[in-house]
Amino acid sequence: MVYENPDGVRIGLEIHIQLNKLKTKMFCGCSTDYHNSAPNTHTCPICLGLPGTLPVLNKKAVEAAIKVGLALEGKIAEETQFHRKNYFYPDLPKGFQITQYDFPIVSNGKVVIEGEDGEHTVGITRAHMEEDPGKLVHIGSIEKSKGVLIDYNRSGVPLIETVTEPDMRSPKEARRFLDKFRNILEYLDVFDGNLEGAMRVDANVSVHWGTRVEVKNISSHKGVERALLYEIMRQKNVIRRGGKILQETRHYDEGRGVTLSMRTKEEAEDYRYFREPDLMPMRITDWIPAIKETLPELPDAKRARFIEQYGITDMHAKSLTSKIMLADFYEDVCAKGVDPKIAATWTADVFLGELNYRDLEISSYDGKKIGFIHAKDPRIKNSINVSDMVELVNLFAESKISDRAAVEVIRTMLDTAEEKTPSQIIEEKGLFKAEDDLVTKAIAETIAENEAAVKDYLGGTEKSLNFLVGQVMKKTKGTADAKTTRELIIKELKG
Amino acid sequence: MAKWMSVAQVKEKIEESSAEEVTAQYLEAIGKSKINGYVTVSEKALEQAKKIDAEGHDGPLAGVPIAIKDNISVVGLPNSCGSKILESYIPPFNAHVIEKLLAAGAVILGKTNMDEFAMGSSTETSYFGPTANPWDLERVPGGSSGGSAAVVAAGEAPFALGSDTGGSVRCPAAFCGVVGLKPTYGAVSRYGVVAYANSLEQVGPLANNVADIAVLMDVIAGYDRRDSTSIDSKTEYQKALVEDVKGLKIGVPKEFFGEGIHPDVEKAVWNAIHKYEDLGVSWEEVSMPHIKYALASYYIIAMSEASSNLARFDGTRYGYRASGENWHAMVSKTRAEGFGAEVKRRILLGTYALSAGYHDKYYLKALKVRTLVKQDFDRALSKVDVLMAPTMPNPAFKIGEKIEDPLTLYLSDVNTCPINLAGVPSISVPCGFTDGLPIGLQIMGKPFDEPAVLRAAYTFEQNTDYHTKRPPEVA
Repeated sequence: MVYENPDGVRIGLEIHIQLNKLKTKMFCGCSTDYHNSAPNTHTCPICLGLPGTLPVLNKKAVEAAIKVGLALEGKIAEETQFHRKNYFYPDLPKGFQITQYDFPIVSNGKVVIEGEDGEHTVGITRAHMEEDPGKLVHIGSIEKSKGVLIDYNRSGVPLIETVTEPDMRSPKEARRFLDKFRNILEYLDVFDGNLEGAMRVDANVSVHWGTRVEVKNISSHKGVERALLYEIMRQKNVIRRGGKILQETRHYDEGRGVTLSMRTKEEAEDYRYFREPDLMPMRITDWIPAIKETLPELPDAKRARFIEQYGITDMHAKSLTSKIMLADFYEDVCAKGVDPKIAATWTADVFLGELNYRDLEISSYDGKKIGFIHAKDPRIKNSINVSDMVELVNLFAESKISDRAAVEVIRTMLDTAEEKTPSQIIEEKGLFKAEDDLVTKAIAETIAENEAAVKDYLGGTEKSLNFLVGQVMKKTKGTADAKTTRELIIKELKG
Repeated sequence: MAKWMSVAQVKEKIEESSAEEVTAQYLEAIGKSKINGYVTVSEKALEQAKKIDAEGHDGPLAGVPIAIKDNISVVGLPNSCGSKILESYIPPFNAHVIEKLLAAGAVILGKTNMDEFAMGSSTETSYFGPTANPWDLERVPGGSSGGSAAVVAAGEAPFALGSDTGGSVRCPAAFCGVVGLKPTYGAVSRYGVVAYANSLEQVGPLANNVADIAVLMDVIAGYDRRDSTSIDSKTEYQKALVEDVKGLKIGVPKEFFGEGIHPDVEKAVWNAIHKYEDLGVSWEEVSMPHIKYALASYYIIAMSEASSNLARFDGTRYGYRASGENWHAMVSKTRAEGFGAEVKRRILLGTYALSAGYHDKYYLKALKVRTLVKQDFDRALSKVDVLMAPTMPNPAFKIGEKIEDPLTLYLSDVNTCPINLAGVPSISVPCGFTDGLPIGLQIMGKPFDEPAVLRAAYTFEQNTDYHTKRPPEVA
């Protein structure tokens, strides 16, 4: 199957990610761990841009950028340098942003995603380093704001801006790209996507191979699909009505799910780039071999290994490697000697499925417990121990609990804050699989009490068997295994 | 107490009396000043001197007072840069050079007047009014470190720090008859020095004699990790104070004696070169064909960098703030009211030179010229050890004489700004007078070869008496 791309959609992305796993900012020693701090407490004369201060490059940020470049299979520049991007804005304390211009650290990379018609390659034009500006906080809503406060805690946090080729052909591919991209960054341990403001996306989109429009301010990788669907619809309708698509920048209003015109090409700002004279150009070729050594196994390689090593399906392997924390959790569960295939089912299908249903995202893994947090309300969070998953998988594998009971255990663990082992939950809820004689007894009773149904079944009405199984389940309060019950009834009635 | 003292004499005097007494006498001289050299006099100077008397200090400058240009950050003292926009700005941190001075025991007398944001060659663009030249109170002291040069010449400080972006230490040194050094780019940390044009400027010392320049350099120079352009040259400056120029090769670039040079200046500089001949060294003429483009290149680069450097002064976080109905209006008004005319002119020109469509024509071309100028220096200095030329083509002009004609004023940097493009060290030493106004000899050297420059300057000084002359009007 080849994807036809009926609307001639082309999407390119510009993604800003914070290197928020680094301890210090890009050009000063201030801590990047500001998310739970009062405003303007993670600042110094340098990141406040006081007169006379000078930037000193954080070497770790360069190393992280090289790591990202290698993971994106890009070319690492032999020499790289910084430029100033000049513009006035209250969150920009120096009146310019230190960024990279014609010598980006990374160029010509690629990411392979699950496209509309199978594997699809998205080209990476470039990736470069820059510093984050501060943040404006409106007092009250934006429309009725009484004033604006500035928080410079974020000022100077290291960023990587990645620019893709316009290789994505649908909003779904754009989202898949972002999922994969985020996944790779988290594998590299340079990025935590759960932190507020960690990833910001701008998109270039055109239809019928026409003029491209830039959509700015897509604050989450989840918003991108919605923003693009709207923008494609808008462009198609403009053309349908006989209008022309203007080359412009549009602002995405997340609340309303629409894009609004910000400025046309003629109004584009002139940033007057020039080389940052306070930082020297760097030759970084020599750094590459050592950094290559530190590159971890990346998602695609891990996925292949999981299939090979654990004998699990590609679907499960893909799902388990979609988050480094989940992959590590799964491997640690398997290391305890459980059946890896059963563990894969319960981790990838049930555990992950229940998380998605609750809008919970995996947010941490420390080798003992995997934590998750609500996508919109960070107050809602919980965790599950490796040992709990091991116990659950073993209980199920040994047929001590039914699959329904196992699902119930996982749900309980997600929904209650108290730390309880699966055994405790099973005990409290009476979820142990029914004793055989109890089931036998329930079957005998059911057959005796439902003559009509028995007759119907023996007369060829298959549906009646389901009814009888249901009755047995009712009598055993769901602890009987449905499949076994069904077989036992047939045996009883047909010999 | 003699009004003019070398650092060695100041130290002797401290031994005899106390640091407090020495500081008090300088403060007294400042109190009677006729030149408007200081923007801020430190209230803590006496206290600092008393503390050194009480606790003792074994630093090389224990108790020695110094004046600091008002663009170098000192905790607790306004760092106005000669501008209304920073009149109320007090830095919360010390510049690297200030840390070094304080560690050496120096007593900071105050902050000296300057052209606004170091943009000028006369100290007339200061928001705090012009500084007078001690040799003729109707004349400018040069600039932009005019305050620092003038207070040293007037005996209101034994020595001072300035900064030199295109001649801002050497020009006022020449006009005021003192010694001023622009060190090699990277020799002195710029951390805490408010940037005018980052790729060009260095902090530099001004003093009454060459030896004191070396003393100060030994304190302030050296590597600082907070300045990524800082280099550890491990130079020992005082060791270069040798009265012997034998074997030294002198080059004289004819391009520095161009059109418009004052005949007395030309004569004084040739007299100086002949003095070296008397001391047993010869000279040769060298050619530096791209020097004629240096001034244009310098101004484009300096203004471009300045347009970006000064963007941070927007009234949002510190300094002067006008009121406006929204942020953008507030910023426009703050900058319109807070900056003087010359600063605005340079921001506008710099913004223009970096703009799309003009960037390649002006900024990029200026960078190419800069490379050619640097190659001229490399070539010339591969044949000789030092280059000698007039610091300024003319002696100090009258206050108000050129201020309305910026282009003429810019032209006075013609001999000093090429040095900043090349990043090489250069010193200006007194070498004569015309109508009672001092003339400066400029001695340039290879990168980090301050020792050759200092040796040549020191030997000249030991064999002449220009540096002992004092301005009669302030005596």
